[in-house]
Amino acid sequence: MKVLVAGLNHKSADVEVREKLAFTGEKLEQGLEALLALPQVKEAMIISTCNRVEIYMGVDEPGEATRQVKHFISSFHSIPEGLLDKALYFHTDSSAVRHIFRVASSLDSMVVGEPQILGQVKDSFQLALNKKTTGALMNKLMKKAISVAKRVRTETRVAENAVSISFAAVELARKIFNDLVDKSVLLLGAGEMAELAARHLMNNGVKEIVVANRTYERGCELAKDFKGRAVPFSGFKDEMVRSDIVLCSTGAPNYVVFKQDLHNIMKERKQRPVFLIDISVPRNIDPKINGLENVYLYDVDDLQGVVDSNRNERNKEAQKAEDIIGGEVEVFERWVASLQSIPTVVALRQKAQRISEAELERLFNRVDLDEKQQGAVRQMAASIVNKLIHSPTAALKEDVEERDQVVAMIRKLYDLNGD
Amino acid sequence: MGSITFDISLAFYFCAMLFSILDLSRSTKTFPKLMLIAAAIGFGFHTVFIFYKGFSMGHVPFVNPREATSFFAWCIFLLFFILEYRYKLRLLGSFITPMAFLLMFVSFILPADDRPLPPVLRSEWLGVHTVFAFLANAAFAMAAGVGVMYLVQEHYVKSKKLGGLFSRLPSLHVLDEINYRLVTVGFPLFTVAIISGSIWADNAWGSYISWDPRQIWALVTWLIFGIVLHARLQRGWRGRRAAALSILGFLTIIGAFAGLALLQKGQHVFL
Repeated sequence: MKVLVAGLNHKSADVEVREKLAFTGEKLEQGLEALLALPQVKEAMIISTCNRVEIYMGVDEPGEATRQVKHFISSFHSIPEGLLDKALYFHTDSSAVRHIFRVASSLDSMVVGEPQILGQVKDSFQLALNKKTTGALMNKLMKKAISVAKRVRTETRVAENAVSISFAAVELARKIFNDLVDKSVLLLGAGEMAELAARHLMNNGVKEIVVANRTYERGCELAKDFKGRAVPFSGFKDEMVRSDIVLCSTGAPNYVVFKQDLHNIMKERKQRPVFLIDISVPRNIDPKINGLENVYLYDVDDLQGVVDSNRNERNKEAQKAEDIIGGEVEVFERWVASLQSIPTVVALRQKAQRISEAELERLFNRVDLDEKQQGAVRQMAASIVNKLIHSPTAALKEDVEERDQVVAMIRKLYDLNGD
Repeated sequence: MGSITFDISLAFYFCAMLFSILDLSRSTKTFPKLMLIAAAIGFGFHTVFIFYKGFSMGHVPFVNPREATSFFAWCIFLLFFILEYRYKLRLLGSFITPMAFLLMFVSFILPADDRPLPPVLRSEWLGVHTVFAFLANAAFAMAAGVGVMYLVQEHYVKSKKLGGLFSRLPSLHVLDEINYRLVTVGFPLFTVAIISGSIWADNAWGSYISWDPRQIWALVTWLIFGIVLHARLQRGWRGRRAAALSILGFLTIIGAFAGLALLQKGQHVFL
């Protein structure tokens, strides 16, 4: 049996195509049933997320299976086969194994290293297990894929760095304050990006979010959204004394916060550190403020710089991950190959036993032996058979690169192909 | 038995230092582990050595520069293990083990000096004074090490270049907190050392203070760390200033230690 992957992802297909081919809700179970009804498909599972739709299968003959699966996708989703050609990709054997390992390890994701995909892979596998649509090959493969993904996570830092501006802001806040639980956030103005960053901070458990907006009503709305409170814009400097993180995007054409303001505020704060994030363009916070002690000011470009360098770091780590996966693919392939030599071992043993049985029968028909003598002869025959097939069996089980050739040769020498 | 345990611990401390430096250059999970193991073995042998020395001489075994530097290193490792246990601060090892190894090495090359202790210094105050002084100094040494870590991390955040050790160093808050704790632990220990020292001086020489250079340095150090604490509580001198001041304070200690021990002047002849 061989591994076959058929699928499409964010790189191969636009969202319009992806949503048409998605296996959502009931379609997923129906799809699994329909797949197993195909003559070539012995085992199957389906992963369907917003960025990818993939079918993992154990099949007898990949070429024929590919044709059948393509036909299945087209008829199941009622899309002409011609339209699928560009979107679909197929992988077999080691390239299929590698693909599955890369997907589970989040190397094939839109945002490399994002953590959700492993959970989605696990869920899809669990469903297949419940429905009993997978067998020895897929079970081993998916368990391996999950353990490879964990290895990649612990041995590389591919998932460690924030690659969006608002995540970078949270990461920095953590490196300044350690714990955000007792920190207050002041939202100065209500720009979209500041709102997003505030939402991330809220998800990371900050104590409260205070909104100071020029239009007080809008500020109140936003505050309600964040379960925080709104203050009049004119009072924001008093509020800054209490705030540890300030997100600023007022849309004002010039500076709103000056160095002298912050100097006074810091005195009142007894120099407790403050993290200012200026997401406005043009900037609203005087950049000289970063020179003050215990004040950390980041503007949009600074955050973008952090994101860019994180992305570089991630790509470097991704290379390490690819190396890990390369090694694991080899190990798995060897296991699959050992699986393939098992039928030959069985055939060899059966053939030897058949010959021995036949010869014994002939002997017992010709010569009259009592039961004890028959037993002794049987034992001798069995022992000759075992000794003769011992070394070819050992050769078949041996973990060597040219095992395919060994299998072929033994099949030829013992004439096992006709059986 | 005595010197062989010392040599073994010196060798293990050397390995610990190597691992901690390797850990700085490339981050893996193995190096910090190896560093901790090597430091722990070295520390074990070192402890045996100190107790053996103490029992065989009949008084605390840190009465000359050779013994003092060795005990200083021991105190530093002791605090390092406590901090590592409490805060999982393995990276601190990279800042601490070179310093501790250097002290051990100085102890190693200094000439052996097993002259009996002059009768005037034989007093129970010897143990109190020296143990408190060294523990305090070790706390200040750690505060300085953590202070350096703070300055490095703050530099990353301020300059907006988040490479290097940024992701591995703890947050500024944690570093500042540990620095503060170490100073609050070190300062009372140091105060006890000074008080017990002056009582001892009064017993031995008949006056609490003789304005010996070593004593003046001790007061200067005490004053600096007093300022560190006072300024933090009263004026919010935290973060960079606190880190820089604790480094300055520790340099004062080192200066006193090295300079005056080499000069060997004054009544405080041994250290």
